[in-house]
Amino acid sequence: MPKPKTSDKERGIQVEGRVTEKLPNAMFRVELENGHLVLGYVGGKMRMNFIRILEGDRVLIELSPYDLTRGRIIYRYK
Amino acid sequence: MILLKSQSEIEKMRLSGRAVARTLRIMGEAIDPGKTSTADLNQIAELVMAEMGARPAFKGYRGYPAAACISVNNEVVHGIPAARILQEGDIVGLDVGACIDGYYADAAWTYPVGTVSSETQRLMNVTLESLWQGIAQAKDGNSVGDISHAVQRYVEKNGYSVVKDLSGHGIGRALHEDPSISNFGKAGSGERLKSGMTLCIEPMVNMGNWKVHSLSDRWTIVTDDGSLSAHYEHTVAISRDGAVILTTEDET
Repeated sequence: MPKPKTSDKERGIQVEGRVTEKLPNAMFRVELENGHLVLGYVGGKMRMNFIRILEGDRVLIELSPYDLTRGRIIYRYK
Repeated sequence: MILLKSQSEIEKMRLSGRAVARTLRIMGEAIDPGKTSTADLNQIAELVMAEMGARPAFKGYRGYPAAACISVNNEVVHGIPAARILQEGDIVGLDVGACIDGYYADAAWTYPVGTVSSETQRLMNVTLESLWQGIAQAKDGNSVGDISHAVQRYVEKNGYSVVKDLSGHGIGRALHEDPSISNFGKAGSGERLKSGMTLCIEPMVNMGNWKVHSLSDRWTIVTDDGSLSAHYEHTVAISRDGAVILTTEDET
């Protein structure tokens, strides 16, 4: 069976969280449902579309499979 | 990361390879124009592999529903066995994978159904020869790109096109391992080949344009322009003297 061109194997875990703290350089402290605090940076697509994130926002964060305490914020919920 | 296999592991893969080779041969012998359906051939694959103590590697792999991929005419690969009856003049690509004791082998062969046109036969011959050209490059010291380039050169020299969206692959304790072995590319590019690597080289060649797309069944891949496509594959182990074909019924 041939291997398809894009076999996705390197994707992070997407989790919902709440922004606790605004840090410098577009970084935020996000609290997950399980109580864990993680460090998140604003994703490029969000910057491109000028989506602002404030403290208290509920966001979707994609955690790195190599370090579950860091992630990329990829969505802000209404 | 490319995993190297020990002699004993390669011996285990030889067992799976033998099961695959035997399965393909018996499936090919069973083709009866106007009578055999692709589902019949799949049934045969299941029976032969079970008889040899092998598990059909494709069944359940990423959700694939059958033991073999059976692709007719303009279907390139991943044809799902169904009630479709093979007709005189068709070409059918059979792709089978087996797992024995945790070790995998994967091979494919394109068979004519009854008598086929000379152009069709030529497509099959060129595709098969491109496989040999690729295997000839599979030796310690060469690179993955040498294999890719050899396949592409031979195929395009003969006026056909190489499918770009799918590739060969490493194999061993999983059906698909690193590296990806495209059927096109620059000679000398890619990882260096070393003894102990076990690879699947599988040229997929279209009579017309190289572009393909998948059907709504989420699996079957067909040529965009409807032209015929052939596919041959062997699992080989790299050794100091070159490539050793594992998917064969020969001893040695």
